[in-house]
Amino acid sequence: MNNFDKLITKSKKDWDNLNNSEIPIIYLGTASCGRAAGAEKVKETVLSYLKKHKIQAHFIEVGCIGTCYLEPLMDISAFGNPRISFGNVDPKWAERILEKYLLEKDFFKQKVVGHFGEKPFNDLPSFFDLPMIKPQVRIVLKNCGLIDPENINHYIAQDGYMGLKRALELSQNAVIEEITNSGLRGRGGAGFPTGKKWKICREAKGNIKYMICNADEGDPGAFMNRSLLEGDPHAVLEGLLIAAYAIGASEGYIYIRAEYPLAIHRLNIAIEQMKNAGLLGKNILGSNFSFNIKIKEGAGAFVCGEETALIASIEGKRGMPRTRPPFPVISGLHGKPTTINNVETLGTVPHIIRNGSTWYKQYGVEGNYGTKTFSLVGKVKRTGLIEVPLGTSLKKIIYDIGGGTLKPFKAVQTGGPSGGCIPKELLDTTVTYESLTAAGSIMGSGGLIVMDTDTCVVDVARYFLDFIQKESCGKCTPCRVGTRHMVEILEKICDGQGDVEDLNRLESLAKIVKSASLCGLGQTAPNPVLTTLRYFRNEYIEHIVNKYCPALVCRSLIEFYVVPDNCTGCQRCVSVCPTGAITGPRSEVHNLDTTKCIKCRACLEICRFDAIAGNAIIIRSKEAK
Amino acid sequence: MEDLNIKIKEIFRNFSNDPGNLIPILQKVQKELGYISLPAIEEISCFLKLTESEIYGVASFYSQFRFNPRGRHSITVCLGTACHVRGGSILMEAFERDLEIKTGECTLDKRFDLDGVACLGCCALAPVVKIDNDIYGNMSVIKLKETLEPYE
Repeated sequence: MNNFDKLITKSKKDWDNLNNSEIPIIYLGTASCGRAAGAEKVKETVLSYLKKHKIQAHFIEVGCIGTCYLEPLMDISAFGNPRISFGNVDPKWAERILEKYLLEKDFFKQKVVGHFGEKPFNDLPSFFDLPMIKPQVRIVLKNCGLIDPENINHYIAQDGYMGLKRALELSQNAVIEEITNSGLRGRGGAGFPTGKKWKICREAKGNIKYMICNADEGDPGAFMNRSLLEGDPHAVLEGLLIAAYAIGASEGYIYIRAEYPLAIHRLNIAIEQMKNAGLLGKNILGSNFSFNIKIKEGAGAFVCGEETALIASIEGKRGMPRTRPPFPVISGLHGKPTTINNVETLGTVPHIIRNGSTWYKQYGVEGNYGTKTFSLVGKVKRTGLIEVPLGTSLKKIIYDIGGGTLKPFKAVQTGGPSGGCIPKELLDTTVTYESLTAAGSIMGSGGLIVMDTDTCVVDVARYFLDFIQKESCGKCTPCRVGTRHMVEILEKICDGQGDVEDLNRLESLAKIVKSASLCGLGQTAPNPVLTTLRYFRNEYIEHIVNKYCPALVCRSLIEFYVVPDNCTGCQRCVSVCPTGAITGPRSEVHNLDTTKCIKCRACLEICRFDAIAGNAIIIRSKEAK
Repeated sequence: MEDLNIKIKEIFRNFSNDPGNLIPILQKVQKELGYISLPAIEEISCFLKLTESEIYGVASFYSQFRFNPRGRHSITVCLGTACHVRGGSILMEAFERDLEIKTGECTLDKRFDLDGVACLGCCALAPVVKIDNDIYGNMSVIKLKETLEPYE
């Protein structure tokens, strides 16, 4: 038995021992999203509680399971019962839940999200039957939230690195063929067939080749790659090794955003563990394959997601794209053949090699096989990280998984700043590379931002264009100057200063930027404007002709107002107003001076959330009084 | 100046003088000194045999690098899409107003510096603000004061 086989046996045994352990196991989701919801404080509470009461328990920090709206999530497995997940656990609740369960073997039902048992347990819902989880197919995210991402043994116990083991037993061409047969396409958004990319790179001339993982997840509103790297870093690293073996690379890079410190931390831990397990370095698992990985931190430039810009950045230069061809697979990093794959693409690879391409092709639809992860955010009830088979309709994602919107649905933005707004009428559109392009948007890396009637599409178009304009590298004129002009026109419209001719100007500029820009950033930049003009032209007209913002967002077109009948005269708003615009003695209806008001929303929020306030402050249109 | 030289020399020890190391060196310098100072650029220029303008050209291209000293605590307001539709830019304005500084600046008492970021990747909890390494989800303009209080 070689060392790796010993490690497999040990890992499986440890995993079984853990799950059959006499002492309770407490799992806490401490990915970045969990931390944002306060998981660090919960951790302190749990640890001090265990210490104070001298309770023996395993405490395991896990990644994000995807139900972000229920964060922080704490799971307990004890007394031979299935693992039970508790949601929205603040420190106070953590203590109460621990006390009730560990000391009284009972639980607060209202905090239970679900259990992870295979059989029914009490009358608790099964986690996997929850409306948000049931329609999903979790392949890439299989381990996220369930294993300790900082423990390689946990990953190995879930058949981790068995894909690599199998790959090393196959020829390089056979690995490429398996990936080609699976129909896997680039999950970074462009959808180029992964097997084809590998084949070209493998056949390219050169002794030195490079394999790069693109973890520069720059789309604002997308966090799939962060969650995967934080929750299951070894899955991505295994995929990177398989890819490197297939193309014949001996050196690899992970290019990751510096804004993801936890993911970087966990990758570093994972790489150390791989070295110790003989999974990196010379003659991996006794084969002829040798490979090393370096982490390169991106320094904050959206354009570096574009592959030639990414390469320039690794070389220490400004991240500016260059013309292609030659494509990086022929001449990339330091002029050598280089394959660049997205985090999710690489995270999928081990599963395909382990289970075979036929297994993978049972998911998805013709030409778009497999699954895709999305970050479902914005004005949807159940926000989070999801994974669905390609070919699932947007309606199913937003309503069945996301639970719909509180206010009426208006649009969903796919593909980030390079994508477009898809209206209600097109919600039957399925998520495939082709159908989203036909709707004027793109698949992109997987951000789904849901907008309701409180979101102004003109403002959103302005936001995206402003983002792109700031991130434009400045190399080519259409993108650098064109997007600037488009932002100026959109700002004018949002300010109520637009004229109808502006819409034609926008459209003609958009066409020029789209067709004449050098790289994908410029070529897709006008998409948000073009789709909103196509589906929501009326909203533009309302802003221009009637000086009216239907969503009451554009600040030049709205004003704040105290509804006299609702005002309780509690003075809460008076105390938070930074400009002294609200006045009035206690118990009398307050007066809001619109000439002093800077529309900061402080009064609105305090009036809405404070118990004694009457929800009396509203936003109304300046024009339609 | 002496102090700076020692610190920078210490950083250079971990790198070869390959120009490809420019970005990691800048990142390390910023981590140690808080920002990229002019003397630091001169030192890097000697070490990597690149001109100062080349170094400034690269450093100013990336949004991570700052050329002003930092405060004791750093506030980062997320301006990602999910945060935008839930009021991220309004939060930024509120910070600017309360601290009486603009984005990229530092308060007179050096207590806080303020910056925006394209996305922190915690979109499900929008709007999000990061103070040093602590992330605060579901922020609101009325929570600013109490959130800043523990940071002295």
